[in-house]
Amino acid sequence: MGEAIVITSGKGGVGKTTTTANLGTALALQEKKVCLVDTDIGLRNLDVVMGLENRIIYDLVDVVEERCKTHQALVKDKRFNDLLYLLPAAQTTDKSAVTPEQMKKLIDELKQDYDYILIDCPAGIEQGYKNAVAGADHAIVVTTPEKSSVRDADRVIGLLEKEEGMAPPKLIVNRIRNHMVKEGDMLDVDEVAAHLSIELIGIVADDDEVIKSSHNGEPVAHNPNNRASIAYRNIARRILGESVPLQQLDQEKETFLTKFKRFIGMGRS
Amino acid sequence: MKTGQNVVIKGTKDGLTLQLNDKCAYNELIEELTEKLDAVTKDGQGALITVSVQTGNRYVTEDEKEALKSLIRQRRHLVVEEIKSNVMTIEEAVRWKEENEIVSFVGRIRSGQVLEVPGDLLLIGDVNPGGTVMAGGSIFVMGALKGVAHAGCYGNKQAVITAAKMMPSQLRISSHLTRSPDRYDEEEITESECAFINEADQLVIDRLQVLKYLRPDISTFKGGF
Repeated sequence: MGEAIVITSGKGGVGKTTTTANLGTALALQEKKVCLVDTDIGLRNLDVVMGLENRIIYDLVDVVEERCKTHQALVKDKRFNDLLYLLPAAQTTDKSAVTPEQMKKLIDELKQDYDYILIDCPAGIEQGYKNAVAGADHAIVVTTPEKSSVRDADRVIGLLEKEEGMAPPKLIVNRIRNHMVKEGDMLDVDEVAAHLSIELIGIVADDDEVIKSSHNGEPVAHNPNNRASIAYRNIARRILGESVPLQQLDQEKETFLTKFKRFIGMGRS
Repeated sequence: MKTGQNVVIKGTKDGLTLQLNDKCAYNELIEELTEKLDAVTKDGQGALITVSVQTGNRYVTEDEKEALKSLIRQRRHLVVEEIKSNVMTIEEAVRWKEENEIVSFVGRIRSGQVLEVPGDLLLIGDVNPGGTVMAGGSIFVMGALKGVAHAGCYGNKQAVITAAKMMPSQLRISSHLTRSPDRYDEEEITESECAFINEADQLVIDRLQVLKYLRPDISTFKGGF
């Protein structure tokens, strides 16, 4: 019996879909059987980020309305041998095409066959959110270190905490720009975590490679050397129960000068 | 109180006290009260006299209270100060209890959440921006107040708001309102503060220590230590 994890944020554009794609990939790299479910009916794009758009035959609404069997709608990720699947959202209808009860039934069915079901939640707290949350056992809230995003995350955490049978939500702080944090133009991770006061499960640096890989339909988590990829892989390991320390974001750009300053005791250590 | 005398009028230096018999029928009472008031105030054209009405163990509904008041007010120089009764309904008693008790809550009020209590509120936790706490009485926050707090939301101007870290987006007491400065320096806020309505009818924030002198009624502790 698998675990269903919903990935949500309240605000749009903070990286829910990218996070879902990369966590799914990272979990599959750990030899887990993973199914990604896109619940953003009408505005789907998890399939695009995964590079699986042209393989879609049936979708979530077809499954729920029993026009096909569940396994017929699942799209297999070509890069893995039978480990990573995607259940795409419908593009032709809207969120009201599915009810939370139907979603719960579907997720329960998927839990029989998969270790992890990652549910990509649409932005907002309306019908689409309710559908996405209905079948989930766990929730991961994604936020960027911006006030607007943190405010919406706070709202969503409040709603998630009221959800019955749901474990306390966990937090990912995404798209951290270290130089802006240092200059005080962006909230730092500790501030965000203290404000939302839920368990921090990962931090991800803002990296051009993430956008590039989404553009190419190949999640960045495949790249073993990228810092964002390592962050996603670390989160996957934490989901599996391993204890992995948080990445030090400022280590990467250490130049000779900063090293020298630290050596003579001038710089920030 | 003798039988046949359902209304006793007593004069004190504060005005008149009307003691109404609580055993007789209400109609008899009104009849006798009208008679007696007529007798007393026949030639009365003087200064205003305040009247306190005591109904003893008779339960008087709001409508009956209004009727009594208007009956007395008809005599031009009489002013009803209060109507005192020894009894109240269970409903009123419950409301009275709710409005006078402190409700405590442990947890964080997040954006979009509203916590409302009829009496005083003791919040052990923070109020995040976008969250709201409301109370018929005072609000005591044992954490950072960053959202909206509305004390005395049914009109009680004596209500106060205290917080260990006072950095609200808005404070409201009764119908008064203040907005926060557009920026807070979190480092600057080091001690607990309280908000209240001062003599000049303005909502102000001050150190917690002043509360002891401004609102001594907040202490319910009796005795010495």
